Amino acid sequence: MSDFATLIAEARTKRDFAPFLAAVPYFRFLGLTVKAGESEGELICVLPADPKLIGNARLPALHGGVVGALLESVAIVQLIWSAETDRIPKIIDLQVDYLRSARPVETFARAIITKHGRRVANVRAEAWQDDPARPVAAAHAHFLLA
Amino acid sequence: MSEIPQLSADGIDPKMVEAMIRQGIPYCAALGVEVIEVKRSHVTLSLPYNSDLVGDPANGILHGGAITSLVDSVAGMAVFAAMQKLQAVATLDLRIDYLKPALAHKAVYATAECYKLTRSIAFVRARAYHPDTPDDLVANCVATFMIGSSDKPPLPKGTKIPGVQA
Repeated sequence: MSDFATLIAEARTKRDFAPFLAAVPYFRFLGLTVKAGESEGELICVLPADPKLIGNARLPALHGGVVGALLESVAIVQLIWSAETDRIPKIIDLQVDYLRSARPVETFARAIITKHGRRVANVRAEAWQDDPARPVAAAHAHFLLA
Repeated sequence: MSEIPQLSADGIDPKMVEAMIRQGIPYCAALGVEVIEVKRSHVTLSLPYNSDLVGDPANGILHGGAITSLVDSVAGMAVFAAMQKLQAVATLDLRIDYLKPALAHKAVYATAECYKLTRSIAFVRARAYHPDTPDDLVANCVATFMIGSSDKPPLPKGTKIPGVQA
């Protein structure tokens, strides 16, 4: 197993994603962290408030691409948590619905694996800021597992 | 309602758009997005390879999120170019197919075309590719935008760019 595969395996067994997140440059770039959600096995990805993530300086609002990246990332983290894999799942497609303007504040996201097949997983994800009942964006995505 | 900055006719100066990105879209500036071409019919942006944007250290491939960001940006720009003005727009939805991984150490280009513009909605298609193989797509995308989502133009107040006053 490569060092990186070991990090993925350890993230799952030790329930600590910090070393894994630190090993992925784009997660470091976003400043992403992971915490436990309310229900068993649910993870929450946290995107910190950071001026560099703004896509509209006038409103101001987070960049739509950042919100999309957060939704894809939480899906990946949830899949690694749930699946016996030592590789990062490969994204096949992603559809993001932007529901509200995302302010440049701390943003959260969670994912539900709708269908976990042998080769393909279907995942739904949503992102929110102050209130989980008022999501700023929702997504669904497919990932190649094998 | 504040006045909507107008863009000149076809052949908008890429340097002007780059200045707009630097001042109005900090995230694109952070990604190092460069403007390749801005026409009324289509816009092309470049994302230079940056090891900070890698999603899988096992192979150096960019995170899908970096491609999503580039494609969302170029799609929005294509709406401004088609409208010929900097009226605020908001992405309603964005659907991306990731056809193949972006190769390590290569720039990714994205070209978008606003193929239908109504008073309220803009419909856009976009594709991402390496510049030396424009037909071998990295990603294909369709997106819709709401026009006039805010009465504030998408540039900081007092921005001074030749040809554009916000």
